Amino acid sequence: VAVPVIAAPSRAAPPPRQRRSRLWAALAAPGIFWLCAFFIFPLYVVLCIVFGQIDPVFRTPVPVWNPLQWDPTQFTYVLTHIVGTNGVYGPAILRTFVYVLLASSLCLLIAFPVAYYVARLSGRRKGLLLALLIAPFWISYMMRMFAWVNLLQDDGLFNKVLSLGGLLTPEVNWLTGQPVVVVLGLVYGYVPYMILPLYAFLDRIESSMLEAGRDLGASRASTFWRVTLPLSKPAIYAGLVIVALPMFGDYYTTTLLSGSPKTFMIGNLIDNDIGTAGRGPEGAVFVILLMLLLIVPMLYYMRTLRNQETG
Amino acid sequence: MSDTVIQAREIRAPRLRTRGPLGWWKDPFRKPRILSAITWGYLAWSILPVLVAIALSFNAGRSNTQLQTLGLRWWLNDPDGEGLFQDPELRAAILQTYRLSFLTMLIAVPLGVAFAIGIDRWHGRLAKGASFLMLLTFVMPEIIIGVAMQLVFQHLLKAVHLGTTAQVLGLVTYQISYPVIIVRARLLSIGKEFEEAGMDLGATPRQSIRRVLLPLLYPAIFASFAIVFADTVDDFVTVRYLSGQSSTEPLAIKIYSVARAAPTPAVNAAATFMLITTTIVIALGYAAYKRASRGQAGGDVSALTQL
Repeated sequence: VAVPVIAAPSRAAPPPRQRRSRLWAALAAPGIFWLCAFFIFPLYVVLCIVFGQIDPVFRTPVPVWNPLQWDPTQFTYVLTHIVGTNGVYGPAILRTFVYVLLASSLCLLIAFPVAYYVARLSGRRKGLLLALLIAPFWISYMMRMFAWVNLLQDDGLFNKVLSLGGLLTPEVNWLTGQPVVVVLGLVYGYVPYMILPLYAFLDRIESSMLEAGRDLGASRASTFWRVTLPLSKPAIYAGLVIVALPMFGDYYTTTLLSGSPKTFMIGNLIDNDIGTAGRGPEGAVFVILLMLLLIVPMLYYMRTLRNQETG
Repeated sequence: MSDTVIQAREIRAPRLRTRGPLGWWKDPFRKPRILSAITWGYLAWSILPVLVAIALSFNAGRSNTQLQTLGLRWWLNDPDGEGLFQDPELRAAILQTYRLSFLTMLIAVPLGVAFAIGIDRWHGRLAKGASFLMLLTFVMPEIIIGVAMQLVFQHLLKAVHLGTTAQVLGLVTYQISYPVIIVRARLLSIGKEFEEAGMDLGATPRQSIRRVLLPLLYPAIFASFAIVFADTVDDFVTVRYLSGQSSTEPLAIKIYSVARAAPTPAVNAAATFMLITTTIVIALGYAAYKRASRGQAGGDVSALTQL
């Protein structure tokens, strides 16, 4: 009688732990396959096109699959045309940095006070305010930009308001290559993405921390500078990265609000190349450059996301 | 009795002494007027332009910048047939937007939910790598993914024509991380106890997922549906690089291409129409979320605010 009892466990072929881990793998498999096929593979194709050849007749890119045969001609061509006498790409790249820096700083200047007020001081209006803060998320970006295009036309409402009912005649064509308009457009487009994470963070700061600061003799201002602000540093960095990353890849905001090459950004370089026959590889070079440029902020943002996931 | 009255007066005294702007500034109990002004100012700046755009869709005139008289001309009965419900191009654009959102939602959410459960429980290097890749799709600027996929479909996988199929493939790639992040946050707050209890009571791992874990995940799943829908309606970059003929261009592209070329208020009407439907879907998603999470401690909506 004792023998079959001992033999029983070995009949259930894989032990439960192993069998379960196979189930987990099976659940994750479709997603992993998808990422490999439609994320990793396309990125590899971009590399193969950047370091590949161009068909001499049809001017279409010919990807080279073997990394050992990669030809850096196109890559170095773009790199050598960024600065110096042939620096045709330099201005747009520099401009992107300036715009993104200005726009994300402005975002922070707006987002922090708003998030702070809603999280800590809004009292019973909090629900309403939160709903209004979330509203831009489901109003499409294009509609929000389109609304501004209408307002900023020469005969639009904005100039009407500026003229104070005919007293002044503002002779400004806002939509023809004004950097201010583009930067403010970027702020308008992306600031909601910064307010919500900041709000979520400030809302979680224990009030006991602030009370401890006050109890130990700090004034309200110095409690803010020495307790609240240092505590929210990670959230501020994360918020800056959240708005800066999409801004670096943005081209439609400047196209809609200015349309002039004077305000072109890296995204416009990519977009123009991709839309022009025979310049696909050059666009691919910019895609790779953009990725290299953003690798550090992307990794930083991923780290904050992972920290949130693990609590 | 009289003692207490005297004490009360002494406490009040310092507040009464300082009046004027300086006193207001030093008053620790003052209302946060500056911050509230910034907040309401921001909200006005953020929402008024959209309200103006909505109002302009009811313009009876041709202008897209000035409201003349009110009317439903650009919704229903423009004499030249350019109203929203008359113009076949606008109708096609709206339909294409829905088609893409619906298909993306149907593919991305199940894929993402399965992936999230699998990755959350399955430990090992491969799982870590996959979760890294997933977050990478989330943080990467859309233009990179869009261009990369366009190059693939244009030069290699020519069987997938640029158009609806390519657009859905691209959108799913870009959207799949939302359900993953939302569901993982939810999994974290649920813990493993319910599932283990199910298995202690005799359920197989598969049954415990289907009958214990999945119902607990419903709130996160509904939230994912609503978010993926709203974000796909909003999508522009991926969809534009992967669009084929003009019939596969959703509304976002239509708005982009006519915005600087004398658009009629019909475009405002179309955008307003989309806004209304997205609001309805979000409201439905929220209601389903509320219903499904009845009696459970929340905690995953806060994850939404961090996306």
